[in-house]
Amino acid sequence: MNDQSPTRDERIEKLKGLGASRRRVEDVRFTQGKGNYVDDIKMPGMLFGDFVRSPYAHARVVSVNKAAALALPGVVAVLTAEDLAPLGLHWMPTLAGDKQMVLADGKVLFQGQEVAFVVAKDRYTAADAVELIEVEYEDLPVVTDPFKALEPDAPVLREDLAGKTEGAHGHRRHHNHIFTWEMGDEAGTETALSEAEVVAEETVYYHRTHPCPLETCGCVASMDKVNGKLTVWGTFQAPHAVRTVASLISGIAEHNIRIISPDIGGGFGNKVGVYPGYICSIVASIVTGVPVKWVEDRMENLMSTAFARDYWMKGRISATKDGRITALDCHVTADHGAFDACADPTKFPAGFFNICTGSYDIPVAHLTVDGVYTNKAPGGVAYRCSFRVTEAAYFIERMIEVLAIKLGMDAADLRAKNFIRKDQFPYHSALGWEYDSGDYHTAWAKALEAVGYKSLRAEQAARVEAFKRGETRKLIGIGLCHFTEIVGAGPVKNCDILGLGMFDSCEIRIHPTGSAIARLGTISQGQGHATTFAQILASEIGLPADDITIEEGDTDTAPYGLGTYGSRSTPVAGAATAMAGRKIRAKAQMIAAYLLEVHDDDVEWDVDRFTVKGAPERFKTMKEIAFAAYHNAIPGLEPGLEAVSYYDPPNMTYPFGAYICVMEIDVDTGVWEIRQFYALDDCGTRINPMIIEGQVHGGVTEGLAIAMGQELAYDEIGNVKTGTLMDFFIPTAWETPHYITDFTETPSPHHPIGAKGVGESPNVGSVPAFSNAVQDAFRAFGHVHAHMPHDHWRIWTIAEGLGLHA
Amino acid sequence: MIPGHFEYHRPTDVASALGILATHGDEARALAGGHSLIPMMKLRMAAVGHLVDLQAIPELRGIEVGPGRIRIGAMVTQADIIAHAGLTAAAPILAETALMIADPQVRNMGTIGGNVANGDPGNDMPALMQCLDASFELRGPEGARTVKARAFYESAYVTARSDDELLTAVSFAPTGGGYAYEKQKRKVGDYATAAAAVILTRAGATCASASIAMTNLADTPVWAEAAGAALVGTPVDAAAIKAAVAAMRAAISPTGDNRGPVAFKHHVAGAVLGHAIARAWSRA
Amino acid sequence: MSKMHLKMTVNGAEVETLAEPRELLIHVLRERLNLTGPHIGCDTSHCGACTVDMNGKSVKACTVVAAQANGASITTIEGLGTPDALHVLQRMFREHHGLQCGFCTPGMITRAWRLLQENPNPTEEEVRFGMSGNLCRCTGYQNIVKSILAAAAEMNAVKEAAE
Repeated sequence: MNDQSPTRDERIEKLKGLGASRRRVEDVRFTQGKGNYVDDIKMPGMLFGDFVRSPYAHARVVSVNKAAALALPGVVAVLTAEDLAPLGLHWMPTLAGDKQMVLADGKVLFQGQEVAFVVAKDRYTAADAVELIEVEYEDLPVVTDPFKALEPDAPVLREDLAGKTEGAHGHRRHHNHIFTWEMGDEAGTETALSEAEVVAEETVYYHRTHPCPLETCGCVASMDKVNGKLTVWGTFQAPHAVRTVASLISGIAEHNIRIISPDIGGGFGNKVGVYPGYICSIVASIVTGVPVKWVEDRMENLMSTAFARDYWMKGRISATKDGRITALDCHVTADHGAFDACADPTKFPAGFFNICTGSYDIPVAHLTVDGVYTNKAPGGVAYRCSFRVTEAAYFIERMIEVLAIKLGMDAADLRAKNFIRKDQFPYHSALGWEYDSGDYHTAWAKALEAVGYKSLRAEQAARVEAFKRGETRKLIGIGLCHFTEIVGAGPVKNCDILGLGMFDSCEIRIHPTGSAIARLGTISQGQGHATTFAQILASEIGLPADDITIEEGDTDTAPYGLGTYGSRSTPVAGAATAMAGRKIRAKAQMIAAYLLEVHDDDVEWDVDRFTVKGAPERFKTMKEIAFAAYHNAIPGLEPGLEAVSYYDPPNMTYPFGAYICVMEIDVDTGVWEIRQFYALDDCGTRINPMIIEGQVHGGVTEGLAIAMGQELAYDEIGNVKTGTLMDFFIPTAWETPHYITDFTETPSPHHPIGAKGVGESPNVGSVPAFSNAVQDAFRAFGHVHAHMPHDHWRIWTIAEGLGLHA
Repeated sequence: MIPGHFEYHRPTDVASALGILATHGDEARALAGGHSLIPMMKLRMAAVGHLVDLQAIPELRGIEVGPGRIRIGAMVTQADIIAHAGLTAAAPILAETALMIADPQVRNMGTIGGNVANGDPGNDMPALMQCLDASFELRGPEGARTVKARAFYESAYVTARSDDELLTAVSFAPTGGGYAYEKQKRKVGDYATAAAAVILTRAGATCASASIAMTNLADTPVWAEAAGAALVGTPVDAAAIKAAVAAMRAAISPTGDNRGPVAFKHHVAGAVLGHAIARAWSRA
Repeated sequence: MSKMHLKMTVNGAEVETLAEPRELLIHVLRERLNLTGPHIGCDTSHCGACTVDMNGKSVKACTVVAAQANGASITTIEGLGTPDALHVLQRMFREHHGLQCGFCTPGMITRAWRLLQENPNPTEEEVRFGMSGNLCRCTGYQNIVKSILAAAAEMNAVKEAAE
């Protein structure tokens, strides 16, 4: 007779499965300084690469003189475009269907562009050699403003595209134009707008910024000429995609390329793209036959790899007099920099910006996006958001505020009046999405109640009166945001990158003694996959999470997957994990039935075991079943217990949340202070509440930075003005407030465990909340809209414009 | 970011340090805490052939708090200043200012000598030294001399110190009365958008003396003599503060940068000084 | 350029190595002594990922040249605890989810280790001020602060029990 202890609850607890705030397995090595990041990798004979970069934003490269550098002892090679051209590697394809110079081919198009690649025995010698390379430039006129770039007489930036009127995403109507993307019903929207009782218009700019993970990008490329195998360790958020791209452009067979993402020191979208440093390191290793390391410094990171945002969004929103929204129109001018290197699914050149109807039931809408070349760095990555979702959320949450001002309504009431109702899900938006599930009214009411919204408004009004009486110089801003994200890209039928469908995968092997290893196509950059995917699996297969190893990031061992960005790991790879686990369980059921000598249908699953129906004292635990899978010859069944699942999601997931920020603003200095920040997230089923909370803290802090000061600023001749962490704003613990987190739980109906993903919600949701707080503080004085970032001088400028300094 | 080559020297007395500086002329640079110089070297904006590290020179250390005079050796760090109870008792504005400089790690390396000697208009101690009417002790091949902080700064990175001289100490009188160092910055680790050092004394209901200096609002620190004078004899009321602010504004000449345009800086300088005066007066 | 003979005490052990005077302390530790716990994040002394303890004080090893550190006593994250006997801060960072990608963590813990010696019983505000030389892009600091306060509480409880 089997022992009935421990109890069922004790067995559930022992698994540390779904819902447990399991401590992270990764932390054991990280807290001891034993992480293994790319710059920690050291190989015998390894050389170092370093770039000569352009000081100019637009110039012809007249000559490159390598002689002095090559004469420096320890310098092995200096590569220029001329050296790469015979290999066809002086240009490379971008993720967006454009191409990008690996090394300057005749001209440079942005400050910091890669001109030559020095390879030397160590990084000190390489840096010395960079100084010795003489490059002669001839200035060309610079365009950093996308509107000026589209003027008829604007300088031609991309001479390689001369005469090409068709691009990767359709017609190009100007030499600096990349594409026009259109969605929705133009005629219907125009009709609704012209017939509307109230129309609000505003141009909302989401400025250029950068993900700036604490670890910069880098790689070690090692060509093993004996075995013909190339191994590249690097900061890759999508190792399999990198392998395929590397194979396609280098001609090396894909099975002879091994891409390994070691520990990654934060990604936030910065490490999705393929950068010239990777290509040059690979070429240098092929040429020299020894490993070559390249790691960029912080200035190089900010100047050359993967900016985010830079969207000029011109909106019109209409409503009835009592606040019922009738239509939304948006035109975006998207500054893509010198090359279109956006990381978007192929059919979505502006990502999922068509989520810009937000949380609202808007009957008709229309959207056009124009992509434009300028003399700025390429990129356009999703900085901790799904593709262009944070731009969309910022746009609609600003438009709602602007409309509320025009209507003279409370902005919280206006939102509640227009939310998609719970009974409308699945909801088809006017711009083409099918929202899976939501309960916005419940979340909103909970948030308003939690912050004491009514009394905050009363306090704010009293403060305005005190200000007018000269008793204070500080105002209160209440920043509201209700966001809806679209994440988990995505269904292969409409989501691919370079033709690769955006499924993801999990492969599980159960060991005879009842422990397991699972490998996935994703890669953690701090999200704690090794912890949470084991939890998903623990609940599915009844083995303790502590007995399950999660492995990612090595293309020789992991199944193919599209990587980690756009909050896709939980919605896609997490689903693959659950589905693979269910395959394991299906086979386990047959084994259990055989061992218990009953029919397959006569056993049922219970936490960590199969029991005979109606006789719970007769059971086989998963541990016992695992051993039997390798031990008992079961008629008609292959030995072993393994499964693999490639999960093609039927739909995206739509996490949502309600964020509220209360800010004190000094009218004279522009100094702000966050008094309260409340974040309610609904990410569907919650896998690990501790990790979710941590993700929210971090994402909101990124949003704080972006909204309140962080920008990649350029002067008129294309110089980057914010190239170090002195000027590129990242708040310290001192400027960062204490956050209150909260949640509701509306599972995704189509995801195997109902999870929606959470990593990016706080960046998407917090930026509008911070910005709305600043702007709301001045609403009583007639202020409507000002652009981010809201650093001290720009806040001061709002007050100055309103005459508050008189 | 990798610095270029240099030869390293670690003299153990001032005379040897001066000898090395004399031998190598403008090839040589003195290194105090290094948190201004080393980043410049890493950016290859400063090429240094001979680096003269002052860390092993005992004469440059030490804080002496005498009844009429406080003397701080050039190699005393900001952290030393913050931790020195006697100094804080005699001139509390020193620690208040030092706490506004950079962050804990940088304050452990950054020295008062380096902060006042390199002539960076963003540094905080120069304005404070001017506010205190401090004297800088310089030693060079010709011997020792003293230069007033108020006469030391000529333009950005150009000071009365010649290349073959070392700034060995700063000295000033203990303060009585009220004080405040008020600094607006974007975040910890930033230079001032605007900062004000205020020291004043009170006699009965009115201000008996006042000294005001401003940071990062011109290419040198700005001792605003007229601004201080505008407070003397007044009850430091709104009118007096307004007059002091107006006088200060006439003395500064900020430039626009990432912290904001000129008009903003003029305005903020006034707000910061207003706060500083109010706080100093409340302590007087 | 000739190398100099460096002698330092690192994590309690005397070490000697050859290095160019210009080498940054962070590179000497990482490349020559294989102590890859401290990292390089910003190169300009803003982020604190390279924080180590030098002669009893927290410093940013990206802004110290090797020659300056000659003769110094250095402690890195690798010197704070062993796998079998983790430092209480290392345990508390894990317990309270005070890290995510882990890149800032060695510098963060090494700085906190010194902070708690300077101020064994800090308030939340003092922790935030004392840690303001270390940037984190993942955690928003909230759980870092929580971890450090929890470590302080445990260290104080142990000390009290011993007295």
